[in-house]
Amino acid sequence: MKILKASNMKRCIGCYSCSLACARNIHKSLSWKRSGIRIHSSGGISTGYEATVCLACDPPPCAPVCPTEALRPKKGGGVILKKSLCISCSECATACPVDAIYFDPDNQMPVFCIHCGRCVPFCPHDCLEMVGSAKEVPDE
Amino acid sequence: MNKPFRVLVVNLTQQKSKVEFFDTRKQWLGGSGLAAGLFENYADFDQDPFHPSQPVIFAIGPLTGLFPLMSKTIMSFMSPYNGQYAESHGGGRSALALRFAGYDALVITGKAQRLTCLGFGSKEINIQDVHFLKGLDIFKTGKVLRTLKPRNPGHRSILRIGPAGENLISYACVNVDTYRHFGRMGGGAAMGAKNLKGIIISGDSSLELPSDTLKEYNKVYQSIYKTITESGAVKKYHNLGTPENLIPLNELKALPWRNLQSTHDPEIEGISGETFAQDLLLRQVACAGCPVGCIHIGLLRERFGDEHEYLYRQVSYDYEPIFGVGSMLGVTTASGVLTLLEEVEKLGLDAISAGVALAWATEALEKGIVTTEQTIAELAFGDVHAYVEALACLSGKINDFYLHLGKGALNAAYVYGGEDFACVLGQEMAGYATGENYYVSQALGFRHSHLDTGAYSFDQEEQARDMEVAIKYMQDQEYYRILMCSAAGCLFGRKAYPREVFIKALKSIGLEYSEEELDATILSIQAHRWAIKFRTGFKPEEIKIPKRFSEVETWKGKTDTDYMMKLKEKYQEVLREVAARHKFQEK
Repeated sequence: MKILKASNMKRCIGCYSCSLACARNIHKSLSWKRSGIRIHSSGGISTGYEATVCLACDPPPCAPVCPTEALRPKKGGGVILKKSLCISCSECATACPVDAIYFDPDNQMPVFCIHCGRCVPFCPHDCLEMVGSAKEVPDE
Repeated sequence: MNKPFRVLVVNLTQQKSKVEFFDTRKQWLGGSGLAAGLFENYADFDQDPFHPSQPVIFAIGPLTGLFPLMSKTIMSFMSPYNGQYAESHGGGRSALALRFAGYDALVITGKAQRLTCLGFGSKEINIQDVHFLKGLDIFKTGKVLRTLKPRNPGHRSILRIGPAGENLISYACVNVDTYRHFGRMGGGAAMGAKNLKGIIISGDSSLELPSDTLKEYNKVYQSIYKTITESGAVKKYHNLGTPENLIPLNELKALPWRNLQSTHDPEIEGISGETFAQDLLLRQVACAGCPVGCIHIGLLRERFGDEHEYLYRQVSYDYEPIFGVGSMLGVTTASGVLTLLEEVEKLGLDAISAGVALAWATEALEKGIVTTEQTIAELAFGDVHAYVEALACLSGKINDFYLHLGKGALNAAYVYGGEDFACVLGQEMAGYATGENYYVSQALGFRHSHLDTGAYSFDQEEQARDMEVAIKYMQDQEYYRILMCSAAGCLFGRKAYPREVFIKALKSIGLEYSEEELDATILSIQAHRWAIKFRTGFKPEEIKIPKRFSEVETWKGKTDTDYMMKLKEKYQEVLREVAARHKFQEK
């Protein structure tokens, strides 16, 4: 399995094309929040940009806190959501250590990166890449 | 299609706000069109620009956020510079933030009792007292505003004014997200008159895409994105950026130097786009929703101690600001230009107008029309430190001289003399001494901008002195630019958005226009904008093209004054005819 990594954020120009692509293609929305990858500046644009995105933790701390097992660990890291089982408790978003799960107040659903790579071709500066997950890289 | 626009209307006198639903999309499209519609609805044509009842309007378009490069916000207001209806365009995150806050436009009326910041998102509106920010510069103001509500870092747009706006300097600008601006015609002073120091727009909501046209929408998006990122259509804006024009215009003898005393200078290398890129370019930044990244940030490094002690600043630069405080002031080093740009930025002035006004003042001092007692700074072309001092005096209205200069170079010239060499074409000139068509176009243009018709480009064509062809060119260009600005797109995207692409893009989000309908809409917006401009006092026959423009020599030779004056007379008639197509409704 491959995972999305925001490896070159120092190159980011803040165009938000990645967030908009995820929102458009995955969530059928126009949004820069309802997206698996969210871009932020911190303390103004002169400080550059950071990406908030699922790190594909393995095991993922967000899955065990889900009371209905709507969120399940995915082989190779990260999680998958079974929407019909979600009761909108937002525990997963609270448990994420890097704030990569955005709990959407409009539809009461968690939003996170599913590592599909659809955002990658929309980054004009090659900040993003799909790489092999930790499981596929042998421990030294 | 005929869904009304959702508009946030804030009255600062009453400290109240409301959501209003305004008219139809079919009629106004958005952006420039919507701003004109809202202005007619809210403005008091008979009051002066600083009257509390005058609205300050920010409008986005039907394609904002939905397509690449649709990243502009149109600000409209009664201009403190000339008392007429004016538009200024800004980028940054402002357009998408307004879209995601859930509004097509923001209208601000009234005047706050104390210095105020308006903050809003999709679920909150805050009118916050910021009297403690009085007199603070753009950078310090930004730092404080980032701590205020709504708190949504990275997904907010922060608009703010500096001392120049608070002091009602006629060409004070509005800073957007540190590196972009509503630059011209005094939008900063329009905010200052409302005691409005800042606006925080939080883009915190999401919109569902129309499911019935989603497939088509994705297809059109993909095709436009590909044109922009793969065809090279906008490459120049990312690479050297607009400063790539400095050397070509200098070679054409079309770059204004030292208050337009010449149009060419051998010292161009020091401030060329290539020099900026090689020596000082730190990085590029983009407006939200635009993959081009045309915003060039330069590194200004300054030694402040005896040992190797340095401080650094990040300063954005572009062609026009380099002309304004560079060639026009005879500054021939890139670091000197950045020093002045940072000062202009800090104070919240329009870089073009401030530069051109100080260029006039320098020549006036050289000619003995004004004295150093009046200018305080010992202005001399190329002297960066003198200009730093003068900019502070200008934004602070420190004496009568700067009070007059703060109303424009021509205004100061009326008082002190020296009208012949005030490089003003409706407002302080932009950086294109290309010829007669451009001089007439900026002098009479809707925004008094080089971008109204792009006539600087026509000046370089073979038929450049054919009046019929010139007028058709200018009118065709104005049509297209009104379309682009009503869709609220960036004019750098012209090659990616021919008219047929607009029609496809609009259709893919459920706004269906035939070619004829779109033409009718744009022509109606054009008439409406001009009618308001005339109604608020635009008298083209009273606008002079100062003698300096007749003395200019370009690669074509001397200015053909006869052609220029005939073109001006003819174009005045054309504009009157355009404006006459609009009939005002009784209020």
